Amino acid sequence: MNNNIAIKAESLTKKFGDFTAVDGISFEVQKGEIFGFLGANGAGKTTAMRMLCGLSMPTSGKATVAGFDVYRQNEQIKRNIGYMSQKFSLYEDLTVKENIRFYAGIYGKSDAFIKEKTAWLIDQLHLGTEANKLVKSLPLGWKQKLAFSVAIFHEPQIVFLDEPTGGVDPVTRREFWSMIYDAAESGITVFVTTHYMDEAEYCNRVSIMVDGRIDALGTPAQLKQSFGAQSMDEVFLKLARKAVRSAD
Amino acid sequence: MRTLKFLLQKEFRQIFRDPAIIRIIFIMPMVQLIVLPWAADYEVKNIHLSVVDHDHSAYSRQLVSKITASGYFRLESYTSSFAEAMEAVEQDAADLVLEIPGGFERNLVKEDEAGLFIAVNAINGVKANLGAGYLRSIIQDYNREVRTEWVQFPRFSPELQIEVTASNWFNPLLNYKYFMVPGILVILVTMVGAFLASLNIVREKEIGTIEQINVTPVKKHHFILGKLIPFWILGLVVLLLGLLLARCFYGIIPAGSLLVIFGFAAMYLLAVLGLGLLISTYTVNQQQAMLLSFFLMMVFILLSGLYTSIESMPGWAQAITKINPVSYFIDVMRMVVLKGSGFRDIVPHMLTMLGFAVVLNTWAVVHYKKRS
Amino acid sequence: MKQFRSFVKKEFHHILRDKRTMFILLGMPIVQIVLFGFALTNEVKNSKIAILDQSNDVSTLALRTELAASRYFDIERDLHSYKGIEEAFQSGKIRLAVVFPKNFDADLRHFNKAQVQLIADASDPNVATTLVNYATAIIMDYQDRITHDRRLPYTINTELRMLYNPQLKGAYSFVPGVMAMVLMLVCTMMTAITVVREKEMGTMEVMLVSPVKPMKIVMAKAVPYLLLSMINITSILLLSVFVLDVPIRGNLLLLIGESVLFTLTCLAFGLLISSSTASQQTAMFISLTGMFLPTVMLSGFMFPIENMPLPLRILSNIVPAKWFYYIVKEVMIKGLGFAAVWKETLVLTGMMLVLLTMSVKRFKIRLA
Repeated sequence: MNNNIAIKAESLTKKFGDFTAVDGISFEVQKGEIFGFLGANGAGKTTAMRMLCGLSMPTSGKATVAGFDVYRQNEQIKRNIGYMSQKFSLYEDLTVKENIRFYAGIYGKSDAFIKEKTAWLIDQLHLGTEANKLVKSLPLGWKQKLAFSVAIFHEPQIVFLDEPTGGVDPVTRREFWSMIYDAAESGITVFVTTHYMDEAEYCNRVSIMVDGRIDALGTPAQLKQSFGAQSMDEVFLKLARKAVRSAD
Repeated sequence: MRTLKFLLQKEFRQIFRDPAIIRIIFIMPMVQLIVLPWAADYEVKNIHLSVVDHDHSAYSRQLVSKITASGYFRLESYTSSFAEAMEAVEQDAADLVLEIPGGFERNLVKEDEAGLFIAVNAINGVKANLGAGYLRSIIQDYNREVRTEWVQFPRFSPELQIEVTASNWFNPLLNYKYFMVPGILVILVTMVGAFLASLNIVREKEIGTIEQINVTPVKKHHFILGKLIPFWILGLVVLLLGLLLARCFYGIIPAGSLLVIFGFAAMYLLAVLGLGLLISTYTVNQQQAMLLSFFLMMVFILLSGLYTSIESMPGWAQAITKINPVSYFIDVMRMVVLKGSGFRDIVPHMLTMLGFAVVLNTWAVVHYKKRS
Repeated sequence: MKQFRSFVKKEFHHILRDKRTMFILLGMPIVQIVLFGFALTNEVKNSKIAILDQSNDVSTLALRTELAASRYFDIERDLHSYKGIEEAFQSGKIRLAVVFPKNFDADLRHFNKAQVQLIADASDPNVATTLVNYATAIIMDYQDRITHDRRLPYTINTELRMLYNPQLKGAYSFVPGVMAMVLMLVCTMMTAITVVREKEMGTMEVMLVSPVKPMKIVMAKAVPYLLLSMINITSILLLSVFVLDVPIRGNLLLLIGESVLFTLTCLAFGLLISSSTASQQTAMFISLTGMFLPTVMLSGFMFPIENMPLPLRILSNIVPAKWFYYIVKEVMIKGLGFAAVWKETLVLTGMMLVLLTMSVKRFKIRLA
């Protein structure tokens, strides 16, 4: 097995009754890579990601995450990944500090580690005055940045981000992406779904899902070239027109 | 253990920050325990009586004044027309009609025998039965008085007589609130245990935080314990508050040991928390959880023996009460609070509750899935 | 009119498609009728009793047989000492202890007088009183029998008749109550929730911008629930006549007419709630606390109103279910005609009109 591979999927499939949400996808993600996972609404991105995180049982196919098998070793996987879901997943009725402490605590981090890193993080995010306020009082952009920081607080090998910038203004989105770059630089593999095509340009490699299958995979430059397109937007539109499944 | 500590810390913070929960824990018991026993008073008193007196004799008047002096009856009307009295019954103004026929006094004195007629509105069976019972025993008393007035009995009564004396234990004043308050307290504890816990878990499902927990290495049993322990403690706190209120407002001081009550409540809460957990695993949003809880609670309360006694129910209903945890706790509460039963007396209840706790919690844990 | 029909049709589609809600709406009355009708009786029977017999002679044995033969009592155990009585009460479900003193038969024979002591567990006061009454009656019957019908001088005989419900069945007072409760749940809560749901989902606005008058839209929402209520009334009445043996003594048409009136009152209340709330949960909460609880507590069907303190008694007058409960009792159980209930009908009609006007007004204000 190649030690440089963070995620590997082979013919990974998920069916809900007659409906095949994810239809035999295969791909590899290198360590330290920012991997973009693109697709229209309902294409199967979230389902695929949930299988890799151990939240959903695959119907067939193979996959390993951080070297662990998704069928049998999903608890080991969980120890090595971070996850930020589409829905805002911090507790709104806990303060910033309490949220950080809680999540770090259930990942088994020591009190000393939590204390030191919390101070550092709050400083980084410029949340000094908000540290003891309830999360629900923060603006959305800050919440998303905080959620991302919490997802990588325990220093996982891989972090999964499910449409992390939905509904966030362009300035905050840019800041958010610079945080993603920092994380990748520190060695964390980033697996991110999005439907903002400008964000796709920030990724090292992207895959585009249509109707549960991966129809295109490569660096943004490669994809633009092979589809004869000016931007990722165009690539995406060309692929999306083929879709038979309607968006949810 | 460390994980559990963090989970508990989080739960307690959230609970104490939620004004709704604080209200439910402190205000609801107050209101329910202070208002409900006043409404749920089944004590049969103030029975409305219509007297139809065709006799208008000294005896008939004596009888009527003896009845009204008893305190159970209120004289609604005193007429000579039976139709008029029946009208009062039809309008729900009177519960009972006592008809004294013409010649009542004469017949009693001359013929040694006189009749009376009682008609009862029996739509409410309990009231009818008790009302008629009271009235008859007053008439019997009166009869005895009349008899002693006319007959000088020898030292030994010439006629055979069995004397019945009755005494009421544990609640000699027949105070209905003594009966209801411990029962209502059980309902309160159940609501906190089963339903607050299930709503809390379902809420995490609805807002999506449960998924965030599911991608962490937190073990299933840690997460569940983290949810159960706070509500277990809250349930016991509500019970304590309730007992204090019962003492302040109704003067109900448990005849038995508090230790027995709390010991049983601790086990009982484990069982109903398991039920709450189960509800949460079978529902996806708060509204469904609420509807399901509402339905279950209705069946549980109706079949718990809170209002009507279980042994009068038909076999199938009694079978349901056997799998209804509420009925066991109500039974235990009444036994310990009113009769002073000890730990030995409730061992069977305790074992059954242990069974419930094991079955319900295992079922819920097995059914709770971190992965779909 | 055509628009109105298409709106009503749409509402029916919504209701029929939501299986779970349908199930609750139509199943609830059946479950309640079965529970109330069969399981919850106020009669007292099969009560477990204990006997402390210190004589063990012919007479006590005979009395014991009499008690055992009665459907009110099951002799659960024999006690051997006074101390045992308290233990029996504390550990078991014994409700009554019957104590025969020593030399019962001998006393009866030589002195013509003997004593029986009844000790009741009065935690439940009504059951205690009832059991003492039953036991006393059985003992008195026995006494009369052994005196060979020789009458005492100066005896008053009482003849007793139970009107309307000679077997003292609990169902007679529960059926009218269940009717009130179910109609209340279906009409008030469900109407409130469906209207609010449309508000929550934003579909209400879509309909309000259509050329249909807002009141028509709201009425269209109410019509299916009115029909559902009619189904529920029918099933409750059928169940009570054929399964519970509770007859309809009065005029069926009058009964149905009154039920429609009550249903309309509940619908009006549901609409009022929906026009003043924004979320389903609030609507549900208000329906439950504002309608359901008072219906259960203050309509007189579960708890006797005359025993309540004055403030609660006054409050009970504004609960529509109280009046409906009274009407159903009069018409269905007592078999009286309109003449007996016109006043209550008037009160209910008044309530309906007030609630309806209020909800229409509120709707208009909101839309203005």
